[in-house]
Amino acid sequence: MSNEAEEKYENYYVPEQSPWPIVGAIGLFLLAFGGANFIQNTTGKYAPAATEGFSFQVLFSDLGGIIFALGLTIIVYMLWSWWRDAIRESKQGLYSAQMDRSFKQGMLWFILSEVMFFAAFFGALLYVRQLIIPWLGGEGNNVMTHALLWPNFIPEWPLTTTPDGTTTTAMGAMGLPAINTAILLTSSWTLTIAHHALKDNNRQALINYTSITAFLGIIFLCLQVYEYYHAYNDLGLTLGSGIYGSTFFMLTGFHGFHVTIGTIFLIVLSIRCAKGDFTEKQHFAYEAGAWYWHFVDVVWLFLFIFVYLI
Amino acid sequence: MSDHHPTGFTRWLYTTNHKDIGSMYLWFSFVMFLIGGAMAMVIRAELYQPGLQFVEPNFFNQMTTMHGLIMVFGAVMPSMVGLANWLIPMQVGAPDMALPRMNNWSFWILPFAFTLLLSSLFMDGGAPNFGWTFYAPLSTTYGPPSTDFFILGVHMMGISSIMGAINVIVTVFNMRAPGMTLMKMPLFVWTWLITAFLLIMVMPVLAGTVTMMLTDRHFGTAFFDAAGGGDPVMFQHIFWFFGHPEVYIMILPAFGVVSEIIPAFSRKKLFGYSSMVYATASIALLSFIVWAHHMFAVGMPLAGELFFMIATMLIAVPTGVKVFNWVATMWQGSLTFETPMLFSIAFVILFTIGGFSGVMLAMAPVDFQYHDTYFVVAHFHYVLFPGAIFGTTAAVYYWLPKWTGKMYNETSGKIHFWLSMIFVNLTFFPMHFSGLAGMPRRIPDYNMMFADFNMWASIGAFGLGLTQIYFLITLVIAIRSGKKAEDKQWEGATGLEWDALPSPAPYHTFSTPPKVD
Repeated sequence: MSNEAEEKYENYYVPEQSPWPIVGAIGLFLLAFGGANFIQNTTGKYAPAATEGFSFQVLFSDLGGIIFALGLTIIVYMLWSWWRDAIRESKQGLYSAQMDRSFKQGMLWFILSEVMFFAAFFGALLYVRQLIIPWLGGEGNNVMTHALLWPNFIPEWPLTTTPDGTTTTAMGAMGLPAINTAILLTSSWTLTIAHHALKDNNRQALINYTSITAFLGIIFLCLQVYEYYHAYNDLGLTLGSGIYGSTFFMLTGFHGFHVTIGTIFLIVLSIRCAKGDFTEKQHFAYEAGAWYWHFVDVVWLFLFIFVYLI
Repeated sequence: MSDHHPTGFTRWLYTTNHKDIGSMYLWFSFVMFLIGGAMAMVIRAELYQPGLQFVEPNFFNQMTTMHGLIMVFGAVMPSMVGLANWLIPMQVGAPDMALPRMNNWSFWILPFAFTLLLSSLFMDGGAPNFGWTFYAPLSTTYGPPSTDFFILGVHMMGISSIMGAINVIVTVFNMRAPGMTLMKMPLFVWTWLITAFLLIMVMPVLAGTVTMMLTDRHFGTAFFDAAGGGDPVMFQHIFWFFGHPEVYIMILPAFGVVSEIIPAFSRKKLFGYSSMVYATASIALLSFIVWAHHMFAVGMPLAGELFFMIATMLIAVPTGVKVFNWVATMWQGSLTFETPMLFSIAFVILFTIGGFSGVMLAMAPVDFQYHDTYFVVAHFHYVLFPGAIFGTTAAVYYWLPKWTGKMYNETSGKIHFWLSMIFVNLTFFPMHFSGLAGMPRRIPDYNMMFADFNMWASIGAFGLGLTQIYFLITLVIAIRSGKKAEDKQWEGATGLEWDALPSPAPYHTFSTPPKVD
């Protein structure tokens, strides 16, 4: 048996059984079930009506936030443990070059799926700007739509007055968004320096530049929080400000969520660099983090152009 | 360690074995198939006669919605992933899928996702009732409270599908045995590779769609609300950008299955192997630019109608290539008609009927008449039942000896086939006529003039439902007490799984990669 086992590992390491996938599935379930209850309970829309007797639905609705938090905790614990196991196995030398390729290809295809997730929201933005707004203004064969439904509607972008009359102010491109663009571009540059340092086995530069990149990510997020604060309090630009606010917050918010993930990724990588986890030959996690960060960066460039600039 | 495997409950919970995971996927999809089928029985019972007999209209709508969702996401897609798990590593000479733990996560998300979806049946206001296409504003402004649970359930299914697809692609690109070049791969592997690409491209778009629904319902956004500058029709565009590739996701692996089985029982090589590969790829690429043919009646500009009509008809070309190749493979072959072959031949014929009605629906001016009638229902059930499901059934009969080491009873298999063949046509063929005569879909009551067609369809549906129970019994008997299968059960079969592995395939296969020349 041992002979055959050795042969197997020489070719491809089929990992041992692991409890983390099923734990992750349970965590996701709690996250979704608690999340739906939590949202309904918080917004008050579609929340189950209180009844005289006992009702599971009312109970779950009240506990939604707790179930959601529990699910989130399980997911974080699961990811921590799963990756801890993977790092241990990698350090034991169980992972071959072929395995490394599997991880890399998997990461690239995952990033493609993320690109398509953003594509859905960009598609919505372009469809609204190129077709819906002109149509609501009476273009093409929609003269009567305009005349009968909302004759006072002015087709323009940014759409600061919706057909039903909600008004808002548009977010300018200069100022914070431009600064954030500069920050992200700089962070891509520092990350590339770090990546080269890793390949040249220059550990101090690797640790420094990876940490700087993570720090830039944190600054970006702080500025974005401030931008949202500014939008809500000074500009009256909210999620409820019609399609301009919808697309603005969906795209920037979804991107901000990805920056958050990427920043956590970079912080973990900085710590792992400091612990000396990566060699110039084997550093899949580092490359995955770098790819992810560059992807987030490129998405921002499109955001800056289509959401803010034009 | 010839066939050592872990035991007990945790074998299944913690597994990293592609065969275990494949079996779980297949059994899960069968359970979902029976649940979704039971809902179809409710629908057909209500439609047996005009008038309201058994259920309230709102519950009827919940049944049509849940039937569609469960069959698409719970039965057909997981059954294909189950086949992929079992077959792709064996067919390319790999020890397992490339990312085995993620593989297990992909599977285990599904039972939880469908628990979430099915739990909506017991909530106040009932389950989702807006059709499996969940068009806004039916699903946003007017959706029942359970819609939020449906939305997050769809997110979970999407995560599962994307991880499954990544696994397939990486396995095919990185795990092939030495000498197994891309153009030597069995066609099932090719079709799944392309399917996985489609999944990665469109499942995230579905996730984006339901996310926008969620924010529209709860956080005041106006994506699908014209009063806020959005557009309910935009929902349809984004949904069908996912939805059309989705229908190829469901059928392409079945194409692959049939392309394996027909050569085996014709005792000839597949006719036009490379043209099959290119045709599959063309179908996949075209699927991205035809989505709006689902929306001809929605009021698109003329240029849009023309573009989507012509692009859709183009798909008939690569599909035709495939059908002709299957027929040419049989031409002058020494044919025998075991159960898998019967299902495959029925697949070719009946799928072609579904394809033809698809070309009819592709014509925009004609579609104005057909839109949302039973003609559409007939069309997509012809490509799904005798298409995707016959394909899976054929695969189960064909590879069962390899999976379990046991043979099914050939007579039972043939009885299952003929019952399926008769009842599937009895169920769905009359729907063409009632649809052409104007019967709308998703309606619990109808004009007296459609009574005969509906009665026939209902009788067929009940028979088809019972036939699936018969299928289950046949399978269980085969697995428990079937005759021992030979290593190469079918003399015409080709591929590593038949030539290089015993039956049943050992728990770990190709720990050392085989040589392929």
